[in-house]
Amino acid sequence: MATTVAAPARVFGSGIRRREDPRLLTGTARYTADFTLPGQLYAAILRSPHGHARIRKIGSSAAKAAPGVVAVFTGADTEGVLQSIPCAWLVPNSDLKVAPYPPLARDVVRYVGDAVAVVVAESAQQAYDAVELIDVDYQPLPATVDPEHAVKPGAPQLHGEAPNNIAFHWTVAGGDVDAAFKAAEVVVRDRIVQQRLIPTAMETRGALAHYVPATGELTLWNTTQNPHIVRFIMSLVTGIPEDRLRVIAPEVGGGFGSKIPQIQGDFITVFCSMKLGRPVKWIESRSENYQSTTHGRDHVQDVELAATKDGRILGLRCTVWAGMGAYLSTAAPGIPTILHGLMLSGPYKIGAVKEDVYGVYTNTTPVEAYRGAGRPEATFMLERIIDRLADEIGVDPVEVRRRNLIPPFDNGFDVITGLKYDSGNYKGALDKALAHAGYEQLRAEQAEARKKGRYLGIGVSMYVEICGLGPSQVAGAVGFQGGLWESAIVRFHPSGKAHVFIGSSPHGQGEETTFAQIVADELGVSVNDVKVVHGDTDITPMGWGTYGSRTTAVSGAALAIATRKIKEKARLLTSHLLEAAVEDIDYANGKFFVRGFPDRHKTIQDIALMANVAWNMPQGMEPGLEATTSYDPPNFVFPFGAHLAVVEVQPETGHIELKRYVAVDDCGPQINPMIVEGQVHGGVVQGIGQALWEQAVYDANGQLLTGSLADYAIPRADVLPDIEVLSTVTPSPHHPLGVKGIGEAGTIASTCTVYNAVIDALEPFKVQSIQMPLTPERVWRAIAERKGA
Amino acid sequence: MKLSVSIQVNGRTYDREIEPRLLLVHFLRDSIALTGTKIGCDTSQCGACTVLLDDVAVKACTCLAAQADGCSVTTIEGLAPDGRLNALQEAFWTKHGLQCGFCTPGMIFAAQALLRVNGNPSPEQIRHALEGNLCRCTGYQNIVRSVQAAAAAGVR
Amino acid sequence: MYSADFDYHRARSLADAQRLLAAHPGAKLLAGGHSLIPLMKLRLAAPSAVIDIGRIPELRGISRSGDSIRIGALTTHAELAASADLQKSAAALAEAAGLVGDPAVRSRGTIGGNVAHADPASDLPTVLVALDARITAVGPKGERTISADDFFTGIMTTALADDEVVTAIAVPASVRGQGSAYVKFAHPASRYAVIGAAALVSIANNRCSGARVALGGLLPHASRVRSVEKALTGKPLDAAAIEAAAALAQADLGSNVAGDIYASAEYRTAMAPVYVKRAVAAAAARAGLA
Repeated sequence: MATTVAAPARVFGSGIRRREDPRLLTGTARYTADFTLPGQLYAAILRSPHGHARIRKIGSSAAKAAPGVVAVFTGADTEGVLQSIPCAWLVPNSDLKVAPYPPLARDVVRYVGDAVAVVVAESAQQAYDAVELIDVDYQPLPATVDPEHAVKPGAPQLHGEAPNNIAFHWTVAGGDVDAAFKAAEVVVRDRIVQQRLIPTAMETRGALAHYVPATGELTLWNTTQNPHIVRFIMSLVTGIPEDRLRVIAPEVGGGFGSKIPQIQGDFITVFCSMKLGRPVKWIESRSENYQSTTHGRDHVQDVELAATKDGRILGLRCTVWAGMGAYLSTAAPGIPTILHGLMLSGPYKIGAVKEDVYGVYTNTTPVEAYRGAGRPEATFMLERIIDRLADEIGVDPVEVRRRNLIPPFDNGFDVITGLKYDSGNYKGALDKALAHAGYEQLRAEQAEARKKGRYLGIGVSMYVEICGLGPSQVAGAVGFQGGLWESAIVRFHPSGKAHVFIGSSPHGQGEETTFAQIVADELGVSVNDVKVVHGDTDITPMGWGTYGSRTTAVSGAALAIATRKIKEKARLLTSHLLEAAVEDIDYANGKFFVRGFPDRHKTIQDIALMANVAWNMPQGMEPGLEATTSYDPPNFVFPFGAHLAVVEVQPETGHIELKRYVAVDDCGPQINPMIVEGQVHGGVVQGIGQALWEQAVYDANGQLLTGSLADYAIPRADVLPDIEVLSTVTPSPHHPLGVKGIGEAGTIASTCTVYNAVIDALEPFKVQSIQMPLTPERVWRAIAERKGA
Repeated sequence: MKLSVSIQVNGRTYDREIEPRLLLVHFLRDSIALTGTKIGCDTSQCGACTVLLDDVAVKACTCLAAQADGCSVTTIEGLAPDGRLNALQEAFWTKHGLQCGFCTPGMIFAAQALLRVNGNPSPEQIRHALEGNLCRCTGYQNIVRSVQAAAAAGVR
Repeated sequence: MYSADFDYHRARSLADAQRLLAAHPGAKLLAGGHSLIPLMKLRLAAPSAVIDIGRIPELRGISRSGDSIRIGALTTHAELAASADLQKSAAALAEAAGLVGDPAVRSRGTIGGNVAHADPASDLPTVLVALDARITAVGPKGERTISADDFFTGIMTTALADDEVVTAIAVPASVRGQGSAYVKFAHPASRYAVIGAAALVSIANNRCSGARVALGGLLPHASRVRSVEKALTGKPLDAAAIEAAAALAQADLGSNVAGDIYASAEYRTAMAPVYVKRAVAAAAARAGLA
């Protein structure tokens, strides 16, 4: 009689709840600001109130005499102690001009928020009180804040090293774009402003530095996404050797790119501790964060698309002015170039592309990666111009996309920019999104609504993105001043419990759980028996950090391979202990057994004990059950998807209501679908924030007018619909688990999805373009202008 | 000027000499070392510092410690004193209502305040009740689900 | 953020508060703290002393006496929003209070603090002007009552003297045939009113027998739009009549409307009739005419 036995639920693919949550839910997690060391001092930084000014004189005697003040330092004090803050992405063939970036300004301040002086005091209150007493004599200079205007003749100049404020000029080209435009039956153009955004991780940045003069050792608690990079850069700037420098990223309250770079405050805090030999803590206020922690986007894009009358895309040509801010932040030059220009053709067959990117210094806060980093700006440009084409030729925008999609492929597709996409089924994602949303029905509802004077809009956007950064050889070739590999150590203890040590540094993404799932899935142990350790350079192996949706894709691959090494060793040891040939040892559900004799087995716990006591090891086998893998990926991974939004616009006021949002994303097999869904929710909402609410605004003098959360609007709970999250599964051919990244996908897709929906709603008014964010006033004006025209 | 205050926090009374300008959130974090309450802004927008003050959810960054003199405060540390999560915390765990965790203590108290007055809130009511608590990770959706699950579990 | 240092005094009674005010010139009154503390944290206000009136029992509570509802100055926005008396007889006030800030702000912020602070983008002043509220203040010369029309005089300035304490706000209870409403266009970050419109209408014999309509968020202080009120009076409150009357709001606003980076003066001015229309229509519906 046949009996069916349910297969044990596989832990890979299971939406189990997170291992990291109990400490976060009980207030026992410790973020940087939560640490206090004996003898600790507090630093408060005086920041420039001018967008551009010469410092004539700094009077600090009153501050020095204030209660509790231990020291006041200015740029002059750092002479010979701190080097310039380095830029770590030196994009080649771009005539890159890296201007000096002093941790404390010397003679000139170049943005509102540029660090001018620091007060160190016994209490934070005393430090902030004394900052008010520093008297700086500034000679204001003319400022320039817009990247397109800053390159024009006569614009105020930021750096002698960079004439016309041009930090670099980079070009990407593939195919014969001039021929494509010559052959075009239709050419559509657009001008798109990817407004400047403020990442707004809920935890601001901060540092706690403890330098011990007797040993020359520094311990730095730092809110960072990449502690090993911090150690490297901090060593370069301070001269403290890497072996005496320990960086701890404790609990980190979100990053979204803004915790990749090393910013002035980090170096200032370390400097103060070095000078005073006491622990020094510096924590940004939110207003300070908005000035001094990096911003994102800030592109002005001119884009044109060549096509046939039936909607076949022939070529894409664009020019981008990318604001860099006053100095080149750690990874800044790579974002509007490598992470942007190489993704221009998206999921479509496009035979010719050309893009010129100008990186431009302006009197603004330095720009860095912000969730998506370069890819949202590329996706938006392409997905927007395709809608323009659809409108121009009178074909449904979905149909235009269909006519140009790359057909499904599972092992490599060469695109015109020189990349090789790993795998994709773009049509599959599109079909699923349309079917779920009921696209035809929505179009019918839209037509009905218009008859009643209601303006519904349906927007679709597709995307393919590059993540899992990436092969180190490629990193070197594109000027990244580091590697992009990751390492993992798996260590089984005698009792069968395990530690995993990783070099990457998750900060909310849940890898303490998903990585335990990888080990549990390979070896049949409980997820609760695997503790994942990260964020301490003295403990964890080398890794380049958590950004670019790379942690699961790269660090996870290292872990999978390390775990398989453990498995192989366990098989060998089982064969030895059971006196069976190694070829005859099978593995299933946590047991290594002799084929055909399931009772003759060793569990992974048995093996962990025997390997650790090492009483009876095969000849030549090392004791212990531990494996280390360093993994350098052979290629990037390329997740993709199709998103759809439904909006309703009130023409009377310009208000937009987001009624539905459907996301279909493909990140390959999902280790934990609950966490994947959470990443999509958060990512989509950040992208919606760009479309509808967020913008960092500077006035002509470089004053940041959106300097707090009372002015800069990030999405709130009550202005959002539920996101309908679906997925397709197309494994990556080169990843040991087939997985891709999902951290940025939602953000990359959602901005243009919502934007396209709004423009679609306004089709009766023939509105083609509105600058983001789509505030009610801007929508209302766009309608009014068309009515007038 | 120094001021004597006596504030009961999570059932224990703390007597401290403070500067009048000391905010309740700094009293909690610095004076009595309960760092579970977070600071995410300086304009009373983000709600990361939300605690219960005499059983009412308040932003501890917009309240002087002196105003809380003689009052009773509940912070995130007070919800699971024996390490066992309460039903609301458990719901956030089960529904993945947190990612980086920074907004979570404040979210929990905003949710608690809602459930006290409305034991069966609609998703829309939940979203409105959370309008003063910012989260940059979750897009709020799983927080809404968490609060629904807590309501279903009888949290009031 | 840390405010500058100051002295703190807690008043036990209204008389105590007045003594403290007299003894500490330049002191600021602190009730819920939701206007004053944010300013002090950003060091935009740095009073030498703060007098905490938050625990004075006689300043609390909502009570009805005859045709008026007396609201103690320490009544919180949450209490206003939840008051059955207000929901029934001054619906616009309960409605507006429920839209102030967010739940935690509403739990601490008080009506007295709100009116004394007189932020031009605040919600309650607009409603108080429309409802013809009267604000009672006590100073060294005794008690006086100021109409909301006269109370708000400019950006964060009022008719209140430095040594006066707001003790209560009285609003007329609506009677049969009257209705009031408040509609708001909230700033997406601050939640203050980009535009707030409040209306109180009276209906007799299917016609508007009186109307008070006020706007906030546009001018230096909450202000009535008298042309709209005049145009509504005597009309049947149908959609066309409301729309026609509301359109007159633009003229009443004149050229003093302030804009900012989020919404320009031109846009706010253009939107004023829309929000006036919505407020009047909602008030009319409550008055018994759909």
